[in-house]
Amino acid sequence: MIEAPEGVSPEIWAALDTVLDPELDEPITGLDFVESCTVTAAPDGDIVTVGLRLPTFFCAPNFSFLMVADAYDAVSAVPGVARAEVTLVDHHASEEINGGVAAHAGFVGTFTGEATAELDELRRTFLTKASVAGQDRLARPLVDAGAGPDELASTTLGEIPESDELTRLRRRRAGIGLPYGDDAPLLIHPDGSPVTSEQVPLHLRRARLQRVGIETNGEYCKSLLALRYAPGAATAP
Amino acid sequence: MYEKDGEKYFVVDSHSHFWDASKENWVEGKEQYAKGWIDCFYGYHQLGPPETHWDWEKYLKVTPEDFERDMFIEGHVDYAIFQSTYLREWYKNGFNTADQNAALLERWGDKLIVNGRFDPREGDAGLKQLEADVAKYKHKGVKLYTAEWNGDSRGYKLTDPEAYRFLQAAQDLGIKNVHVHKGPTIWPLDKDAFDVADVDHAATDFQGLNFIVEHVGLPRIEDFCFMAVQEPNVYAGLSVVVGGLMHARPKFFAKVMGELLFWVGEDKMLFGGDYNIWTPKWQVEGLVDWQMPDDDQFADYPRLTTASKKKILGLNAAKLYDIPVPAELQLPTEAGESLQPGEELVEGTAGAQA
Repeated sequence: MIEAPEGVSPEIWAALDTVLDPELDEPITGLDFVESCTVTAAPDGDIVTVGLRLPTFFCAPNFSFLMVADAYDAVSAVPGVARAEVTLVDHHASEEINGGVAAHAGFVGTFTGEATAELDELRRTFLTKASVAGQDRLARPLVDAGAGPDELASTTLGEIPESDELTRLRRRRAGIGLPYGDDAPLLIHPDGSPVTSEQVPLHLRRARLQRVGIETNGEYCKSLLALRYAPGAATAP
Repeated sequence: MYEKDGEKYFVVDSHSHFWDASKENWVEGKEQYAKGWIDCFYGYHQLGPPETHWDWEKYLKVTPEDFERDMFIEGHVDYAIFQSTYLREWYKNGFNTADQNAALLERWGDKLIVNGRFDPREGDAGLKQLEADVAKYKHKGVKLYTAEWNGDSRGYKLTDPEAYRFLQAAQDLGIKNVHVHKGPTIWPLDKDAFDVADVDHAATDFQGLNFIVEHVGLPRIEDFCFMAVQEPNVYAGLSVVVGGLMHARPKFFAKVMGELLFWVGEDKMLFGGDYNIWTPKWQVEGLVDWQMPDDDQFADYPRLTTASKKKILGLNAAKLYDIPVPAELQLPTEAGESLQPGEELVEGTAGAQA
């Protein structure tokens, strides 16, 4: 976790750090999506105002909505916070998203006529992708150390040394009801079933492809955000 | 044609534009979208090498002379395939229309292929227009933006019944190549806008068409690769991959190329420079010079040979568009039936080691 900016309490920052960009599988704090965060004391508790920004004007509204809504929920849940105000800036759907989140309208209520369902399924899809990619991060060092298909197919999470990557994988799996305890296999299919020795080569190829996909998106987004908000940028909003 | 170290490369740029994003062309009341759109492109532009960057003002609209210099004189491009992008919601005369492109055809008709477009939401009138366009311009390909706005609609899927009507018509009219762009907004918004599952179904049902997925399905390269490995008529358009990663993120460029070479294969990858997001010169030269890094993490990715580079830079697209390639620029012998990359893994028949 990157350090809280000056003037932002560690508790608020830690709350924002739990909010993921679902596509990139990274917290909005580390992605530099948090443009501002101010805390004002009020008689009944703190008022926390958060401004979020994204790499482009046309970032997908569904993921954008999820980040604003999740940030709102996370900050509101911090003890001592009386009210959270989270706004998305410089985005083609800023107005709808900000209004919808503030009014607790949900996604369908926010985009009447344009959305027919809430975003649970979408979120699940991306947590599933993240939990596939995470298997590559943990299995790759084992493969490099000489582990073969039989060994990999029988490896459990409890046999892997604790690391941030392991914690990350456990959390993603927990979020979608996949096994994440010590006795859970390292390699599982998206439906939770174990990967057999014969399936290991293809499974690892897919896991690496998934990881390359997500991480490459992350690189594009970080580059574009840095360019968009660079001092003196011609495209500054 | 580009020559390096005694090797000659026939270059087909399978994805280029000639757009008008000038302020005069912004639709009144929709300026923020018109600006937002070109600003996105300008962000990508800046992922190229600094010496190739243009001022934002120049970027809005280039002249035919700029185009000629950047593509044909300095850019090594033998043939360019033009994609039309309308976006009339935000750009009065369209962002990049077949008519604008056709104006260039008059000057460089021997080097340009203009692709048409259709929008299933335009119904019978759209079908008529497609017929007229094909009669007039002899289109061999179309570019589809499934995410393009149209009235109240924020996009469509290739599997919509109306879209199937248009695909059938396109196939009957002799169109061979369907370039598909997956974009940032689509209706309904609760679905993933970049989902390529509809291409999968359409490719199965229209065997007479080739489907070129632009930008290799980024940001869903995994879905794209896993579909392409199973569909013989699905191709990878490399535009944005080369321009956006080769200079700015070389390590990720190597990984993406490695995955594409493994899953899709060098026979189904098409170079696209995406003018004028970027100019082709540095991309063509860079790709010819490029090789998979020696580092361990890239060890089991396929390597690019001179022959593979020739295919990717031009020969593959020449085949799809029946472009005549001078004998000295062809490969000495055509490769026979090559194994579909990744096939042995998908079938689960081979013992590739983990």
